[in-house]
Amino acid sequence: MSLLEDLVSINLSDTTEKIITEYIWIGGSGMDMRSKARTLPGPVSDPSKIPKWNYDGSSTDQAPGDDSEVILYPQAIFKDPFRRGNNILVICDAYTPAGEPIPTNKRFNAAKIFSHPDVVAEEPWYGIEQEYTLLQKDVHWPLGWPVGGYPGPQGPYYCGAGTDKAFGRDIVNSHYKACLYAGINISGINGEVMPGQWEFQVGPAVGISAGDELWVARYILERITEIAGVVLSFDPKPIQGDWNGAGAHTNYSTKSMRSDGGTDVIKKAIEKLGLRHKEHIAAYGEGNERRLTGHHETADINTFSWGVANRGASVRVGRETEKNGKGYFEDRRPASNMDPYVVTSMIAETTILWKP
Amino acid sequence: MSLLSDLINLNLSETTDKIIAEYIWIGGSGMDIRSKARTLPGPVTDPSKLPTWNYDGSSTGQAPGEDSEVILYPQAIFKDPFRRGNNILVMCDCYTPAGEPIPTNKRFNAAKIFSHPDVAAEETWYGIEQEYTLLQKDVKWPLGWPVGGYPGPQGPYYCAAGVDKAFGRDVVDSHYKACLYAGINISGINGEVMPGQWEFQVGPAVGISAGDELWIARYILERITEIAGVVLSFDPKPIQGDWNGAGAHTNYSTKSMRSDGGYEVIKKAIEKLRKRHKEHIAAYGEGNERRLTGRHETADINTFVWGVANRGASIRVGRETEKNGKGYFEDRRPASNMDPYVVTSMIAETTILWKP
Repeated sequence: MSLLEDLVSINLSDTTEKIITEYIWIGGSGMDMRSKARTLPGPVSDPSKIPKWNYDGSSTDQAPGDDSEVILYPQAIFKDPFRRGNNILVICDAYTPAGEPIPTNKRFNAAKIFSHPDVVAEEPWYGIEQEYTLLQKDVHWPLGWPVGGYPGPQGPYYCGAGTDKAFGRDIVNSHYKACLYAGINISGINGEVMPGQWEFQVGPAVGISAGDELWVARYILERITEIAGVVLSFDPKPIQGDWNGAGAHTNYSTKSMRSDGGTDVIKKAIEKLGLRHKEHIAAYGEGNERRLTGHHETADINTFSWGVANRGASVRVGRETEKNGKGYFEDRRPASNMDPYVVTSMIAETTILWKP
Repeated sequence: MSLLSDLINLNLSETTDKIIAEYIWIGGSGMDIRSKARTLPGPVTDPSKLPTWNYDGSSTGQAPGEDSEVILYPQAIFKDPFRRGNNILVMCDCYTPAGEPIPTNKRFNAAKIFSHPDVAAEETWYGIEQEYTLLQKDVKWPLGWPVGGYPGPQGPYYCAAGVDKAFGRDVVDSHYKACLYAGINISGINGEVMPGQWEFQVGPAVGISAGDELWIARYILERITEIAGVVLSFDPKPIQGDWNGAGAHTNYSTKSMRSDGGYEVIKKAIEKLRKRHKEHIAAYGEGNERRLTGRHETADINTFVWGVANRGASIRVGRETEKNGKGYFEDRRPASNMDPYVVTSMIAETTILWKP
């Protein structure tokens, strides 16, 4: 297919000033990513200089057929790792023609929370550990698993290498470089406990950018698995039985937590999270009850617990934070299919704004 | 899949100063190699400038779930032959949060031995001949062997070429160049007596670096076999019957052995090794009793014998060393699955420090 690849990889800067802009948004299910592209007259680096656009909301379950236009507001720009050159990816959120955020637009509310002066002053940092599973294309069985059977039990796969231990590394490694190229703050990757499952981390990112960056990273992953011919799953418990689920552990800190005396601030914040456990769980991803069982390095969904270095807890504080008296903590409850706008803003809201 | 390779091979130095560092460590079995990657802000050449890290020891048999953090201390840097650019591989060893080496950390003790003034003064050189077997992915039968049967008997395969004699050369040759690129002291390769079995040699390497370099060479081999879709085995006797096993012959010399009169020093060292034969054998790899039978170019496991040019001995001294009156000797006892930190430091300890 090298002729096709030659065309896909043409460097247009040699022949024209025009650039291609891929507008990305979240569809009606809250997890389906959509995108379409348009030509712009020249390079752009400021989202406010990118024109609004619209799409057919009746095809994504976000508008009725007789009034189907949903308006896209560009919010953040990233370099396009697929088209390269001056071409860009633009993460957008969705509004009615009258300018109201549509119900599935979770970014709008998150941005409001993140612009509250008390929250801004605390400079909330996020590090999100996105886990995901790769599935074979025709049978929806994990990549590398024998069809009609199972691989050997968990043990050898976490951070493993070798044909019999790591399935799909090309996807993970191309995703890593593609995200760095795009300008996403991707901080690392690792093979996960369940074979065919992987993780990448985005962060530290401040406020609303955590959600923007994670969504674009997810989009890039969806595009890469498309090239590779494997199916991407964010299901929190893809295989029942003695197999780990997939989460999106969210690491969090505020200015006060990162300063001297921070561990007391951390403990108070964790207590507030404990008091709103049910509300958070309800917003932490569909199907999480299949994953948060108390086994496989999770805490049971109905229990709120926290501990230092304890991977069976709802919230884990790292040993280094304990030792330094300041740092961050890890909320291990969110599922892999959580919406980062919702989770990041809710953690900020509960720990900074909410009074018990 | 060239679009995927374009992404994997992106040269990030054009868009960012950031580099990717792959931290590598040895897991709970003592032979499972684990790794994960993180982004660093810029190029690094000095291991002491790399941050320590941590991993989930409960997933590798090295820590309990409620106190799962194991700390990684970077010890040596190599260029990453897979990501290239300024990206690096980092060999690490493992500690508790309190700073104690965990039980499976064999490097710590080896480093102590190698920093003993008497050992340092002798400039211990090592050349390790790592043998390994390639297996087919779905049936765990050697690469190139007919499923359900056997190839013709040993004879034609040692150092041979031809589709009916050499199975898997691409793996061996790409490994050779990748290791040279990485900065490993890989001194050669050859096809082995058993078809599907190969050997590479690392050295001469001084002191602790022999272990570091061999482990990274093993990691690179695991990654390359993963790409090639074949299974890597370090089992010392993969096939019972009239088929050679796999060893890790360890060539050794000290400053005194390499100087005039060295042959006498060599003989004294071999005497000391004879006296500690049982202790060494116990540390020379699991399952070695299946390999050290007295046949197939090995000495029986319960017997210690040495000789010039004798491949059926425990220790072999080369004809050139005998002729020059100085040089090195080869300990043929270690199995392919030995830990080079243990073997190299034990040989130094017995021959330099131990008093009978």
